[in-house]
Amino acid sequence: MASSLSRPRLVQPAERANTLRLLAFPLMAGLLLLVMVASTAFGAADIEPRVVAQSVTDFDETNTSHLVIRSLRMPRAITAALVGASLAAAGAIMQGLTRNPLADSGLLGIEAGAALAVMVAVLYLGIQSLSGFALFAFVGAGVSGAVVYAIGSVGRGGPTPIKLTIAGAALGATLASLTGLLAIMHPLSYDQVRFWMAGSVAGREMELIAQAAVYIVFGLSLAILLGRQITTLSLGDDIARSLGLSVIWIKLASALAVVVLAGTSVALAGPIGFVGLVAPHAVRFFTGPDYRWVIPYAALLGAIFMVIADVVGRVILRPMELPVGLMTAAIGGPIFIYLVRAKVKR
Amino acid sequence: MNTFLAEKLSLAYTSERIIDALDLEIPVGQVTALVGPNGCGKSTLLRGLARLLKPQGGSVLLDGAAIHSLPTKQLAREIGILPQSPVAPEGLAVRELVAQGRYPHQHWFQQWSAEDEQALQQALQLTKLQPLAERGVDTLSGGQRQRAWIAMTLAQETNTILLDEPTTFLDLAHQLEVLDLVHNLNQQGKTIILVLHDLNHAARCADHIVALHNGAVVAQGTPHEVIVADVVQRVFGVESHIMHNPVTGQPMCLPVRLAG
Repeated sequence: MASSLSRPRLVQPAERANTLRLLAFPLMAGLLLLVMVASTAFGAADIEPRVVAQSVTDFDETNTSHLVIRSLRMPRAITAALVGASLAAAGAIMQGLTRNPLADSGLLGIEAGAALAVMVAVLYLGIQSLSGFALFAFVGAGVSGAVVYAIGSVGRGGPTPIKLTIAGAALGATLASLTGLLAIMHPLSYDQVRFWMAGSVAGREMELIAQAAVYIVFGLSLAILLGRQITTLSLGDDIARSLGLSVIWIKLASALAVVVLAGTSVALAGPIGFVGLVAPHAVRFFTGPDYRWVIPYAALLGAIFMVIADVVGRVILRPMELPVGLMTAAIGGPIFIYLVRAKVKR
Repeated sequence: MNTFLAEKLSLAYTSERIIDALDLEIPVGQVTALVGPNGCGKSTLLRGLARLLKPQGGSVLLDGAAIHSLPTKQLAREIGILPQSPVAPEGLAVRELVAQGRYPHQHWFQQWSAEDEQALQQALQLTKLQPLAERGVDTLSGGQRQRAWIAMTLAQETNTILLDEPTTFLDLAHQLEVLDLVHNLNQQGKTIILVLHDLNHAARCADHIVALHNGAVVAQGTPHEVIVADVVQRVFGVESHIMHNPVTGQPMCLPVRLAG
């Protein structure tokens, strides 16, 4: 069972792209490692990759560079990778489940719900621990996701891509403005959460990251295990049911995976949009529409994308830093417009 | 399978019942066509027979067991249904779509087996889709696409196949192709229930015709028994001329005017 988690199985007979599908794994895993090393090397002061390697193999606590790497930059690169993988996997699941090419936990208001819940937890309930944030983020994500789905399902044709996206945008904007209102009402606390609200992977401690990693590994494992069922569901509920799929259970399990992945990401890094939208579409070029491949590769690509976005945000306006959420939006926005024009059938 | 029947079956989407306490026995090993005007409940009945719609009352019995209480995967090895105009995800190859039909025969960690491959090849062969196996479903013509979906249902290897308006949106040649396929499948011993718009299609391919109006069975029997002027008028509100089809020997309906 362990091996089936780490690598998608070859159950389906489609030969056309299997070589590519298999080759992509070492390539992308290598690329992820490379950008993570780059992420630890670049910063306010650039550090040679050799020193980066040294800080891992031969840590010297009197060496400032080593300290910067171990306490600041490595946690940051790991946070970016974890959050990117989570959001991308969550986006892939939602796209398959709702048969909606525009699904993304940011666009559908799920992250805004999680963020508001975390904000309330911080400001009114004095919660400080990540596991506390995460629980609130799960509830916020679950409730806002359910509300968006309910609003988007009203009327003819059920939850169409456009209706879901509009419902998500509307609820997301409302929740984000509430979050903003809370921030203005509590200016002191706002200073602490300002960067988090814009989506940032900086300044997370290793201990916190380890806590989040437990949730994220659970969410990703669940997502990958559900790949086959989500592929069948992407043919439509009726077809899936007639093929003997327990549609309700699979949808609930998938929703759980989305809530855990998106909620943990928000608790760790604040709301970050478009990663979940872009990564699954990009990997479909070589995986095809089979979610047993789409989900793990989207997670890998999401991690790579996020680490790169963070590095770029750090270096383009040096010594100023742009929050990674702004970077993903700047890259993802145009792709979103392309997808609306190319993929949504009216 | 020995018996397949609906007993006091009531179906509804909202509070308003579309089918109310309907009794119907499906002849096993034959082709049954459900016909009737738009909104008469024929598609709803088909969905009910395939457990896609939960009954408000009564039940659908397969060999005496209520299908809604059977495990859905087990039922998926007995009954396959193709809903109306399904849409495949972009980029899905014919072969991948048809392979999805093997779902009820697989388990969480079972590899693609030799039987799966054999069922897939047979489904492709019956639907003459082998040359198109690697093509994307979304690049096919309407008729080819319909055959690909039917092939998926065939890969399910069920004794009973339900098809909801399989000829709608197809041109004449592709309509005949699908009807001939239905005939071939029946020759192999499969029980087939299909919703059809066209009475002459029903006469051509069905052994048994069920005419529905307002959710109730108005007439059922062989084409000769059901396709008569009186039934056509009561079901469709149309005066018609019933002729003898010189090629098939079946009745043929020529609509003349709306009944006054």
